[in-house]
Amino acid sequence: MTNSLNRVLKQDMRGIWGALGFVLRSPKATIGLLIVIVIVLFAVVPDRWAPYKPNEQFLQYALMPPFSRTGNPQSHMFILGTDQLGRDIHSRVIYSARTSVIIGLTAVFISGLIGVTLGLLAGYRGGLVDDILMRVADIQLAFPFILLAIAVIGVLGNSIHNIILVVGIANWVIYARVVRGETLSVRERAYVEAARTIGASSIRIVLRHILPNVSASIIVIATFGVASTIITEAGLSFLGLGVPLHIPSWGAMLADGRRFVDTSWWLAVFPGIAIFLTVLAINLLGDYLRDVLDPYVQMRRTLQQQ
Amino acid sequence: MTRYIVRRLLWAVVVLLGVSVVTFLVVYLTGDPTALYMGPEGTKADYELLQHAMGFDRPLYEQYWRFLSGAISGDFGLSLRHQRPTLPLVLEKLPATIQLALAAMAFAMAFALPLGIISAVKKDSLLDTVCMIIAMAGQCIPTFWLGIMLILIFAVQWHLLPVYGRMEWRSLILPAVTLGAWAMARTARLTRSSMLEVLGQDYMRTARAKGLAEQIVILRHALKNAAIPVVTVIGLEMGSLLSGAIITETVFAYPGVGRLAVEAVVNKDIPMVQAVVFVVATMFVVVNIVTDIFYVVLDPRVRLK
Repeated sequence: MTNSLNRVLKQDMRGIWGALGFVLRSPKATIGLLIVIVIVLFAVVPDRWAPYKPNEQFLQYALMPPFSRTGNPQSHMFILGTDQLGRDIHSRVIYSARTSVIIGLTAVFISGLIGVTLGLLAGYRGGLVDDILMRVADIQLAFPFILLAIAVIGVLGNSIHNIILVVGIANWVIYARVVRGETLSVRERAYVEAARTIGASSIRIVLRHILPNVSASIIVIATFGVASTIITEAGLSFLGLGVPLHIPSWGAMLADGRRFVDTSWWLAVFPGIAIFLTVLAINLLGDYLRDVLDPYVQMRRTLQQQ
Repeated sequence: MTRYIVRRLLWAVVVLLGVSVVTFLVVYLTGDPTALYMGPEGTKADYELLQHAMGFDRPLYEQYWRFLSGAISGDFGLSLRHQRPTLPLVLEKLPATIQLALAAMAFAMAFALPLGIISAVKKDSLLDTVCMIIAMAGQCIPTFWLGIMLILIFAVQWHLLPVYGRMEWRSLILPAVTLGAWAMARTARLTRSSMLEVLGQDYMRTARAKGLAEQIVILRHALKNAAIPVVTVIGLEMGSLLSGAIITETVFAYPGVGRLAVEAVVNKDIPMVQAVVFVVATMFVVVNIVTDIFYVVLDPRVRLK
């Protein structure tokens, strides 16, 4: 099963261009990839794309509708309008990408690290360790997460670090469960047996023989994880419990938008579109990765080719 | 069957104990609960007085025991802000939130099930594609943004529906749609895939071969079997609806438990936060158990095991 997967991947993914060609065969994945590239470019060099600084206030031009050209002589252009402090929405939407990407990636890294480690441990060791870890996972799943998150952040105060930690720690369960399940089956394979026979240490077996064979699922879960983390961050920021106010964030922008919805629709529309497109793009990529990395789907495709 | 239910109930008690530990530890996150209760002003003498009065100078296990016995008898202490016992304040707001969650669930099911069934029966048709695009979009729209957009369209532009509060039944429509959208999208996709799987089974061909009307085949034979995974997810959705209510209630200024929670957190009203977390988590656990039991009743294969 894994062999056929590797063969297909090797055939099609010769180098990065081969891999790209592979993605480009699916229109949905291509759209997803393009949007993700744009978001990443926004996140890496926002100053390159944004006309103004995110917190630059033009108080005399507060709440200008989109495509407002103001100043004398018509020096300022606000393509997406301005908010109640005269900040350029366009620039803030671009700078906020950085906040979302940083929090999305790091929080997913933390939950992945905890979850994969515990999952490998539980699956490979089994016994009491396994029982305890899975019971703890059950308890955590029975907990309304967002409520706990706001309680914890409310007590600790809101900062990027706290959000990353809370979201990161909250989401380890899914990684642990899936990795544990797959480890249980991989551990019985002949090559693991063989490695054990020639005296390989447990750590070596887990890292060299088991981890690579469960990595496909980890990649898929992590992709969806980034999308859901971005929504969670935006939700927390919307409640005023997310990133501090001086850091631009789509969620916080929407909180302003909610306040001025009666008069200035553009405050609420554009940050929302940004979140929607980002999440949609990541989910499209995730769907694609799930289809490609699923060994069963791959096996069928290989058999058809032969 | 009875043994299964008893086991589930025992497990629920364990989960609630876990919940109580976490709720109790929330106070200790900063390392200094006394400072959290006192706020920035206050002298050293005040500090020690408060520390002693609250029992924060006692050993941790003793404090936890006091918290737990309080929680069991429904005593989570006085709200710092309202100076009233917290639990009645939470329970007062609970009906509004349950009403909202049920309305959201009703909305989600009313649309998700027909959409999912039609998509599966007419697989790869234009209708199927449109339904699944709606479902995909529904899963990617953040709840709070959807809420704001609905306000913008139906209340600000068209003046059709009221936006804030909970004065009449019409004010429930927008919050319920907002809260239910995500569950609707997910359930629609799941119903579709679950139906597709069932439609390919041998007993479907048998049912058709017997000459049954297509409607009966779909509704009686297919839907009944396809419903099993869907019911499980509905139970899980109900749980996530309870947490989703926090954001929805804030968007619509809807006076429920969610808004109470956010207010308590913003005001650093710790006993209130603890009471809300505990009550919502308990409901969460109860909903999960009810789902599990329902699942057993529905699926004889599980019951026989």
